[in-house]
Amino acid sequence: MTETTPTPTIPLWQDVPSDALLDVRGVSLAFGQVRALRDVSMHARRGEVTAIVGDNGAGKSTLIRCISGIHKADEGSIDFDGERVHFRSPEEARSAGIETVHQNLALVEDLTVWQNLFLNREIVRGIGPVKLLDRGAMRKEAERMVSSLAVNVPAVGARVRRLSGGQRQAVSICRAAGFTSKLIIMDEPTAALGVQETARVEELIQRLRDEGHAIVLISHNFAQVLKLSDAVWVMRAGRCVAGRRTAETDGDEIVALITGARAGDLADEPA
Amino acid sequence: MSSTSVKTDPSPPAPSEASNRVTLGWTNRLLARPEIGALVAAIVIFVFFLIVAPAFRSPASFFTVLYQSSTIGIVAVGVGMLMIGGEFDLSAGVLVTTAGLFNAMFCYQLGINLWVGAILSLVLCLSIGFLNGYLVMRTGIPSFLITLGTFFVLQGANLGVTKLVTGSVSSPNINQMAGYDSLNWLFAHEWRIGSITLSITVIWWFLFVALSAYVLQRTKIGNWIYAVGGNAASARAVGVPVTRVKVGLFMTVAFLGWFAGMHYLYNYNTIQAGNGVGNEFLYIIAAVVGGTLLTGGYGNAIGVAIGAFIFGMTSLCIVYAGWDPNWFKAFLGVMLLLAVMVNLYVKKLSTTRKVG
Repeated sequence: MTETTPTPTIPLWQDVPSDALLDVRGVSLAFGQVRALRDVSMHARRGEVTAIVGDNGAGKSTLIRCISGIHKADEGSIDFDGERVHFRSPEEARSAGIETVHQNLALVEDLTVWQNLFLNREIVRGIGPVKLLDRGAMRKEAERMVSSLAVNVPAVGARVRRLSGGQRQAVSICRAAGFTSKLIIMDEPTAALGVQETARVEELIQRLRDEGHAIVLISHNFAQVLKLSDAVWVMRAGRCVAGRRTAETDGDEIVALITGARAGDLADEPA
Repeated sequence: MSSTSVKTDPSPPAPSEASNRVTLGWTNRLLARPEIGALVAAIVIFVFFLIVAPAFRSPASFFTVLYQSSTIGIVAVGVGMLMIGGEFDLSAGVLVTTAGLFNAMFCYQLGINLWVGAILSLVLCLSIGFLNGYLVMRTGIPSFLITLGTFFVLQGANLGVTKLVTGSVSSPNINQMAGYDSLNWLFAHEWRIGSITLSITVIWWFLFVALSAYVLQRTKIGNWIYAVGGNAASARAVGVPVTRVKVGLFMTVAFLGWFAGMHYLYNYNTIQAGNGVGNEFLYIIAAVVGGTLLTGGYGNAIGVAIGAFIFGMTSLCIVYAGWDPNWFKAFLGVMLLLAVMVNLYVKKLSTTRKVG
């Protein structure tokens, strides 16, 4: 069946490039009786947008939670930047260079834009144990971060409560991109946005890629996936059933892979 | 890239030149400050009582008001921080009494230096604060319920244990015991300068307010307190140690409660086991009148201090004005309602006004 599809002869998940930034191998995770992830393998390269698609409940979010340190995989391994990693908390993943833009954005509405950008990353100055917040430096740095990403945010001193959905998304992405991150994971970054705001965020994603960030993008929007991504992984029922270079596939094939109308690359998978 | 956007030039101009940012006008910025409503209210009440209460028009009265404010204000500093952090503590009022009772009875029964009891009392209070915080964070039950439970437990224990130990409902008089003099100075000293009396608690109060303002506005911990009160889930997602921050806040309240308890004990040398009930609400009122939001994430230390000052002023000036002091609570209730409404209005104004 697979010989009729335009897939490369070696499935993408076996063809891991030596310079892959993220290499997930055989990851499994169960919550009680529910096997949320089964033997998932995928990878992401530097300077590329790697999309993960799949139906609701396919395990996309669980997979990225494993990568970003929220869940710990029962089996399998994750290599990041050439090293085997075992994150026990999101904090560890962050300090390794993996930033996540959560679906709920993780912003504090009553704090200002710059306070959100620097939350738990505060710049302090002072002598010995007396550490003062360097508000001026954080404001200035926040201005720099926001303007370097060309984000339409009214003022870094504005409270997040005042911002529109797109502006909030931009702040959240800005926070992920602004520090020394190597990999940025985005979970449905445009799901709640209007047409113009979506275009802006997509522009932002492309810019981050051009700057050399690796981006893992979860999206339900096929047009967006085809437009933005360099590689796409399809998940179904807790498994990563197929991986394609975006240039070598099309929307119809991806839909067929998601629904199961077409079998994936896994030999043992029932059609 | 889109050419219609003003900000998509790959080499963007300096931030100061950005056309889509605006600075807020000073009225907006002033209104956005939590304590501004309380400050206006304090001035109005101050002027009002200057007019209607001739006895209030003396420096001596002013310092008496400051003392009265400090007795509530010290604990309110902690309660305000806790409320900014998104939690309540209903046990703070009776904890004050627990602190004093424990110190007095423990040392009196064993005949040991009062300092030992004072320090053990601090350990006890911090443990209660820790327990409050731990239970709230561990169970996820609202702090309102957890501390309501602690409140009843402590209220009962205060009376029960005191009755058991002393046979009455007040602690023994401790002014002849070792360590009394230094503790009395530390917690209840008074300086008489001419006609005025300056209590050391006023100085402590100012010190705690300053410390709280400093921590909230200028330190990492302060930033975290606003974050956990504003949105605990978001704070956790970026790695803020939410549990430690909140437990720390409960323990801060407990520390300041202990401090107030020490003041009452060493000021009056004996303490009534039934005292403190209802004071937890005074602390919360001081915080709310001072602009702290019940929902957390908003407020500041200066506002809470002004709230406590308004409390001190009204409670005494009703007497100075020669009114029936029984009306005090009714007045306080009206104050609270007005404050809440003003706060809501000011907050709306400052957050919905368009920028840019």
